[in-house]
Amino acid sequence: MQRNTRITLISLLILVAIVAAACAPAASTPQVIKETVVVPGQSQVVERVVTPTIDPNAPRPVAAGSITINGAGATFPFPLYSKWFYDYAFVDTSARFNYQSIGSGGGIQQITQKTVDFGASDAILNDDQYKAAPGIQMFPTVAGAEAIVTNIKGDDGNMITASLKFPYTAVADIFLGKIKKWNDPVLAAANPDVKLPDKDILVVHRSDGSGTTFIFTDYLSSVSAEWKDKVGKATSVKWPVGLGGKGNEGVFGTVSQNDGAIGYVELAYALQNKAAINALQNKAGEYVTPSIESTQAAIGDFGTALGDKLAISIVDGPGKASYPIAGYTYLLIYMDQQDCTRAQKLIDFLKYAFGPDGDKSATGLSYVTLSQEVKDQVNAKLAQITCQGKPLAK
Amino acid sequence: MATQSHFAARGSFASVNRFTRAWQHGDRFYRLLLTLAALSVLALVIAIGYELWQSSALAREKFGLDFITTADWDPVAESFGALPFILGTLITAAIALVIAVPVGIGIAIFLAELAPDWLRQPVGFLIELLAAVPSVIYGLWGLFVFIPAFVKPVAQGLNGALGFLPLFEGPVFGPSRLAAGLLLAIMVLPTIASISRDVFRAIPNSQREASLALGATRWEMIWEVLVPYGLSGLLGAIILGLGRALGETVAVTMVIGNNLDLSASLLHPGYTMASIIANEFTEATYDLYLNALIEIGLILFVLTLIINLIARLLIWRVGRRTFTEARA
Repeated sequence: MQRNTRITLISLLILVAIVAAACAPAASTPQVIKETVVVPGQSQVVERVVTPTIDPNAPRPVAAGSITINGAGATFPFPLYSKWFYDYAFVDTSARFNYQSIGSGGGIQQITQKTVDFGASDAILNDDQYKAAPGIQMFPTVAGAEAIVTNIKGDDGNMITASLKFPYTAVADIFLGKIKKWNDPVLAAANPDVKLPDKDILVVHRSDGSGTTFIFTDYLSSVSAEWKDKVGKATSVKWPVGLGGKGNEGVFGTVSQNDGAIGYVELAYALQNKAAINALQNKAGEYVTPSIESTQAAIGDFGTALGDKLAISIVDGPGKASYPIAGYTYLLIYMDQQDCTRAQKLIDFLKYAFGPDGDKSATGLSYVTLSQEVKDQVNAKLAQITCQGKPLAK
Repeated sequence: MATQSHFAARGSFASVNRFTRAWQHGDRFYRLLLTLAALSVLALVIAIGYELWQSSALAREKFGLDFITTADWDPVAESFGALPFILGTLITAAIALVIAVPVGIGIAIFLAELAPDWLRQPVGFLIELLAAVPSVIYGLWGLFVFIPAFVKPVAQGLNGALGFLPLFEGPVFGPSRLAAGLLLAIMVLPTIASISRDVFRAIPNSQREASLALGATRWEMIWEVLVPYGLSGLLGAIILGLGRALGETVAVTMVIGNNLDLSASLLHPGYTMASIIANEFTEATYDLYLNALIEIGLILFVLTLIINLIARLLIWRVGRRTFTEARA
């Protein structure tokens, strides 16, 4: 009996030891950086496991005693931010970035509660949100454009491959359900070379809340007073007509399967999937197709109007070459930081991101980089960031 | 001799040290562990329910019971109602079960009772494999393959033949409640089939032999002896399948069309509770919006509880009935 008791006690001790071991942090696990790269347009997540470099001369991505800077927010710029963070690990071996792409709403919430060092958002903060987070500042990082994709078979049964022209308010009227047929006089008059069929238009929009929808509805509100009154702009809205697809792939998939469908996707996604790229009439009356150049023209239209908030809607630009559906994505950072070392690291990183290397990564992933004019304003603002009320010592 | 003295020793010590006796074989300890494990499930359910209730306070105060009966979902106007989502969840789960239950139980009967040995193993393995496919794969496959190749032609056929019924009203697009229901049927099929198969295989052979000896045909043996015998197990399999159908998120979101449509047509796009949460939770930028989404989670939680309770009640009644019948 005594022996049995002892066995029970020993097994109890072993159990406690196991639990304790499981809870204790693993001591010497090898350093492995797992990098998730979302390739826009391929609707797949490529996971690269990057083991520490074997070459002894190359800089190691992670050094001992590194500082981790945490961020959270928008999903739209996530592929680019991941690439920036990865590349920057070779520039500054002591800084390590951890970005959770939980969506703009989550990013705004977390930076307001100060649980992260920076937030990220596609949407511009409203007055209430500014009030909830005193001292918050938005910094535009890159811009993106959205393409209108269509899928129409002509009366002869062949796909219409020609680039269609949409007059100024036509897209808004289609999404309002006012233009119902492809051979509507408004569309027919703008496209005299194309024989548009007598078919119903099927509207496809994003079902998931997204910055893409914010920019698109911002555009619709800007060109159509009726849209502004009835629907408005937000990351999710109450769509008057149409089907919802989840993500760019959901919209594109639904459009490509339904004759007579129209939808909006990120430009990079449309380009990679070789979708028909249609032209929109801008404020100046010109028909413009989406591209990096025409988006840069839109950025240029508002370059001097950024103001102190550094946040501005760039839809419906007045320039002749400007494409009307475009928008910035932003980082949210407090102007007065609490931790001076981290603040300095964050600013150093942003200077890298706005530099030539950062721009190269952005262009490679089909994001539109800021114009020099905008960059100057952003850099001037970055220089004003303080730490506990004092200017940051360089 | 040795055993006898051991028992004697035990008897005399027992009254001296009750504590030691209770713990000596680890029985009490084991029992305690198991009780804790079981209680943790209860604690979890209560914690989730409490959290959902607390975090939806704003929406509950503002909309009250209207939340369940109104169909307006407008984040810009800050007006929220959950009716389309509740209906969508119930309709798609119903379509899924109507198809998956007969097919799943049919597969189970075939595998357990009729299939030759060389077929039993591979088919059983394939069914379990289906259960392991991630739902996002089902979703993408559904959107790019299943809908254009199967759902759309079927929907067009239904609309052509029965379009005068509100249930099959046009126009037909690919993504629809029917597409979501059919995809869910495929997704819950492996759960229902593999559990039901195990239920049939657990039935003692004496049952089969007895009924065959009484002159029953194979059909009668299966339907009048095996199915009633295993009924509570089969219902358990169906409940598990239903649970997945009610809560499935990604795959449904990709094929249902995400539209607040309230018409009766199965061919129209719809929306489910899980889908609206998945779609809008990440970008819900103000508190009331977030609270409304959490309240939808609460409704889904309560609905699942209610359906589970009803099913348990059913099993309990069925179990009692077969027991009394067996005795009679």
